[in-house]
Amino acid sequence: MEAFTVVEAVVAPLDRPNVDTDAIIPKQFLKTIERKGLGKHLFDAWRYLERDGKQVNNPDFVLNQPAYAGAQILLARENFGCGSSREHAPWALADYGFRAVIAPSFADIFANNCVQNGILLVRLPMDVVDHLFHEVAANPGYRLRIDLPAQEVQTMGDSRYAFPMDAGHKHKLMHGLDDIQLTLQQDNAIRVYEARRRQMAPWLFRD
Amino acid sequence: MSAKTLYDKLWESHVVHTEQDGGVLLYIDRQLLHEVTSPQAFSGLRAAGRKVWRTDANIATADHNVPTTDRAAGIADATSRLQVDTLDRNCAEFGIEEFGMHDKRQGIVHVIAPEQGLTLPGMTVVCGDSHTATHGALGALAFGIGTTEVEHVLATQCLWARKSKSMRIWVGGELGNGVTAKDLVLAIIGRIGTAGGTGYAIEFAGPAVHALSVEGRMTLCNMAIEAGARSGMVGVDAVTIDYLRGRPYAPVGKIWDQAVAAWGELHSDPDAQFDAEIRLEATDVAPQVTWGTSPEMVVDISAQVPDPALEKDPVRRKGWSDALAYMDLAAATPISSIALDKVFIGSCTNARIEDLRAAAAVARGHHKAASVKAVLVVPGSGLVKAQAEAEGLDRIFRDAGFEWREPGCSMCLAMNADRLEPGERCASTSNRNFEGRQGAGGRTHLVSPAMAAAAAIAGHFVDVRDWVMH
Repeated sequence: MEAFTVVEAVVAPLDRPNVDTDAIIPKQFLKTIERKGLGKHLFDAWRYLERDGKQVNNPDFVLNQPAYAGAQILLARENFGCGSSREHAPWALADYGFRAVIAPSFADIFANNCVQNGILLVRLPMDVVDHLFHEVAANPGYRLRIDLPAQEVQTMGDSRYAFPMDAGHKHKLMHGLDDIQLTLQQDNAIRVYEARRRQMAPWLFRD
Repeated sequence: MSAKTLYDKLWESHVVHTEQDGGVLLYIDRQLLHEVTSPQAFSGLRAAGRKVWRTDANIATADHNVPTTDRAAGIADATSRLQVDTLDRNCAEFGIEEFGMHDKRQGIVHVIAPEQGLTLPGMTVVCGDSHTATHGALGALAFGIGTTEVEHVLATQCLWARKSKSMRIWVGGELGNGVTAKDLVLAIIGRIGTAGGTGYAIEFAGPAVHALSVEGRMTLCNMAIEAGARSGMVGVDAVTIDYLRGRPYAPVGKIWDQAVAAWGELHSDPDAQFDAEIRLEATDVAPQVTWGTSPEMVVDISAQVPDPALEKDPVRRKGWSDALAYMDLAAATPISSIALDKVFIGSCTNARIEDLRAAAAVARGHHKAASVKAVLVVPGSGLVKAQAEAEGLDRIFRDAGFEWREPGCSMCLAMNADRLEPGERCASTSNRNFEGRQGAGGRTHLVSPAMAAAAAIAGHFVDVRDWVMH
């Protein structure tokens, strides 16, 4: 997993609330047995149009507009990532090239899945997010700098916005860590717990 | 000792280890696996040369991709087939019990685990599926996870987690005739919104909740995620114990007695404190119909499609306008005048025997409207299907011109061949009315099974309470 420290990049705005994971990656792309290659299907239903039986880019969709080419930061509205637990959503975002999403709030399961895939979720107050939407609209090629160690979003002017961050998630993102290795260091504690549990609640064990 | 919530009790009994930063290693008693969110988890195990920590804690079934028509022919779509075959191979290789596509116990993972007694009170239950919240109906802590976490549970039997805040939704009184758990949960989501429960574990409580069957409680907990909460739960009572007695994987004999004694503690203490509390009266709840593209866009059957111009918040106003454009509905349209192209009765929300009985009670002696192209009835499991057939429900459905199908997720998310065509409008007993959920360009209205059956017969939405009186 790629470590996240500081990212400075173009910001793409997605101005609608409650963007669900079905919209991020529709069901027809969940049939893969791989993790890679989903970026081209990101926001499929909004991003492409059917014309004479062929798929063409929808010129109205933000990711098809030249001003947002190479965007690595997505600016979104509240409750981003709601709905299905499909990890294909962060896989598609990461495969497309997004490193971070800024929004007032995120759905819980989606947020967990992002941490597992090196995507930083930045929670900023509604009025700050509103302001950033205005800035992006007014300034083509608008960029932001996200400094994870400092927990700050920095504008190319001199504004700085602090954001909250779970300490464990921060550590994991900054070091690109894999949880399983870390957990297996606790194998003794797991076995002790299991032995006690087996005694107290034998009906939970089928073997 | 201070008073505890049910969630406190479930959480505390599963803590294996606590890190200095507050992160908790939580023990997982049961993991449910299906074909869509597990292949990459097994690949990860294989690549790292890891084994499954505890095979008996896992159970698998294929549900999302399976055909609901004749299964003898196998799966026509090559990618769907590969995913189902991959699950079969992975389960065989790693020694995990699976109810395969041709097993009579196969079905939607959230229907079969309670049905088999694989979900028990006091358990932590996870699955790579957001509707895992369903299992909380049995007094378990159950929540959906992503594929990386599925791999983590396979390898370690644990997850890193942080405790959520607690919310109690207390429902007084009792639901009216023709008003169901589905209407109640839609009304709750309409009130608190799809992010109202974000960051919370929800306990549903109060006389109206405990008057529900376990099936009804599952419908309620199932849609906790549609209110933003990863888990929903109901405290254990006599209804829970009666439901579990004699289930194939439930304990028996002395261990059953020991389990029942332990399960008696699985409720919130009378003076337990919650971080948030919502109260509503069941008698105020009418049959619900969603009009938009988020489950919170819901109104009573007697209402009209709302007017975005009346919404003050600009982000919400735009959301409503976008939804009406997608749904091809005008503001102020009476809900009862909305005509349907298709009807879907099924899903982990509403495909249990009680749901099929409710739909059949409405459909009995009637026929679907000529304007309705198809009505799919998809039982939640092979055993629900067999039970329904033993009760003659399949005949009632067939006589009404409904299609009686094989069990699976089907048109809830249209990963198999069952789907809406662009522009089609569907009354659905499923859980999500998102854009394209039931097929690209399809339009979904969420309702209860009885409301769906009534709409199939009338050709448009009707108040099933009037139906009951007829």
